[in-house]
Amino acid sequence: MSIEIRNVTRAFGDFVAVNNVSFKVASGELVALLSPSGAGKTTLLRIIAGLETVDRGEILFHGEDTTDIGVGERSVGFVFQHYALFRHMTVFENVAFGLRVRPRRLRPSRETIRDRVQALLKLVQVDWLANHYPQQLSGGQRQRIALARALAIEPKVLLLDEPFGALDAKVRKELRTWLRRLHDEMHITSIFVTHDQEEALEVADRVVVMNVGKIEQIGTPREVVEHPATPFVAQFLNLDDHGPAWLVEAKIKHRGYVLAIDKKLGHAA
Amino acid sequence: MMWDDVGTAQALPAPSISKSAARRGAREEPVLVRAGLIFIALGFLLLFLFVPLASVFAGALRKGWEAYFAAIVEPDAWSAIKLTLLAAGIAVPLNLVFGLAAAWAIAKFEFRGKSLLITLIDLPFSVSPVIAGLIYVLVFGLQGWFGPCLYVHDIRIIFAVPGIVLATIFVTFPFVARELIPLMQAQGTDEEEAAIVLGANGWQTFWRVTLPDIKWGLFYGVILCNARAMGEFGAVSVVSGHVRGLTNTMPLDIEILYNEYNFTAAFAVASLLAMLALVTLALKTLVEWLARNQIRRDLA
Repeated sequence: MSIEIRNVTRAFGDFVAVNNVSFKVASGELVALLSPSGAGKTTLLRIIAGLETVDRGEILFHGEDTTDIGVGERSVGFVFQHYALFRHMTVFENVAFGLRVRPRRLRPSRETIRDRVQALLKLVQVDWLANHYPQQLSGGQRQRIALARALAIEPKVLLLDEPFGALDAKVRKELRTWLRRLHDEMHITSIFVTHDQEEALEVADRVVVMNVGKIEQIGTPREVVEHPATPFVAQFLNLDDHGPAWLVEAKIKHRGYVLAIDKKLGHAA
Repeated sequence: MMWDDVGTAQALPAPSISKSAARRGAREEPVLVRAGLIFIALGFLLLFLFVPLASVFAGALRKGWEAYFAAIVEPDAWSAIKLTLLAAGIAVPLNLVFGLAAAWAIAKFEFRGKSLLITLIDLPFSVSPVIAGLIYVLVFGLQGWFGPCLYVHDIRIIFAVPGIVLATIFVTFPFVARELIPLMQAQGTDEEEAAIVLGANGWQTFWRVTLPDIKWGLFYGVILCNARAMGEFGAVSVVSGHVRGLTNTMPLDIEILYNEYNFTAAFAVASLLAMLALVTLALKTLVEWLARNQIRRDLA
């Protein structure tokens, strides 16, 4: 399912977390929202999920406005930054939750739920943890359970908030390769939020670079690395030291004529 | 305050001091000092807690079991017991609902006037119980705002059972809410949001996610609330009118019996309240033990 964010603005008091943001995510795409911390990307993700309201603008799922669609009816899988697993439920119960709370006529039978939960736990490679409680699990395991729980309701859209933020470096690398593979198998439209440029560039089909509520650039990882649209992007992607340099807004005056220069100067040391 | 320290003790397992630390501490203090401190602490406990409690039971049983039971089944005492149970039976469930609703609103939502609401919840603790009773007399009493109107319609609140129930509700209002607010604030709203995104409605979210997370704190708040509801004296005393057999609760009945030099009966009824305290303590310990066990199981 495609997602369109159209002129979305959201302010908290004086702070404009999302400022007139528009972009589209094609069906089956994996998009990274990349920005420094506190630049409104989590707010945007929560707006897409319906957990936050907009001041202006709209979110369209498959071309349809979602303003009047409740959070629970959007069929969105959301993976929270700190996983938000239900602490008093076992892993099995956590994953089964989304199916068990369905209205009776839509609720699968006990056996179907059991089979589906087991299949999901297998998919995220932790089927042996079904009877454990969240507190007994490592960060990486919790992350996988959170993903399985989000996938259990067969969402049309998957949203992940800093999915690897709370993990140590090694697990983080492992898990993101795995997530990319999983996405290639399932082709579910996904948006994930991160402040780690390496993560965004490695995992995503396209990257949306944001700075204090505004979009700086949208493009494939290659495009943003090779042609950063603004100095902010270049700086944030750490391209300053080794990437191409631009002379911005330079002018040469010659006998009353003004020549503007906007030319790539090649590599700067 | 009382609910603060016990609240944290309930929410978290007490940190166990490692053995080496205990041994090091033991070497630092001379035996005499340790013995002295223990003696003082135990002596204090004995003198101010155990002896009075024992004296209540001793006083109650001084004329034997027969006199004890006779004092309890005596109609006025019996009606005081029933009235106390009735007042607690109404006040505790209501405050369970009010406290839960208030804590839920305060911990899980942002809104204007939140700190005012918190202050209001604390009001019954900061106001003297006598004033709490007086408030109802001023509002519902014959000389009060609604008194004449109520009188015309033959509705009795002051010096009647409704007044006692109202005063009890007022005095015990903060217990459940105060117990739950810090607990629910610490737990945040992540799990609720997760439940909602997964398609749960508000009711399911509350019963399946919020309530199981706070059940021990809630149970604990209810125990404290009940103990206070049954033991309340001041506020109830003001609105009761002390009509024996009609508007006397157990604490009021004890006072009257005592003032009439009917010590055996006074202590007999008092022993029931004391037993309530012991049962409350036992329940509290049980709840803490269960909660700790659950945490241990979760961490195992």
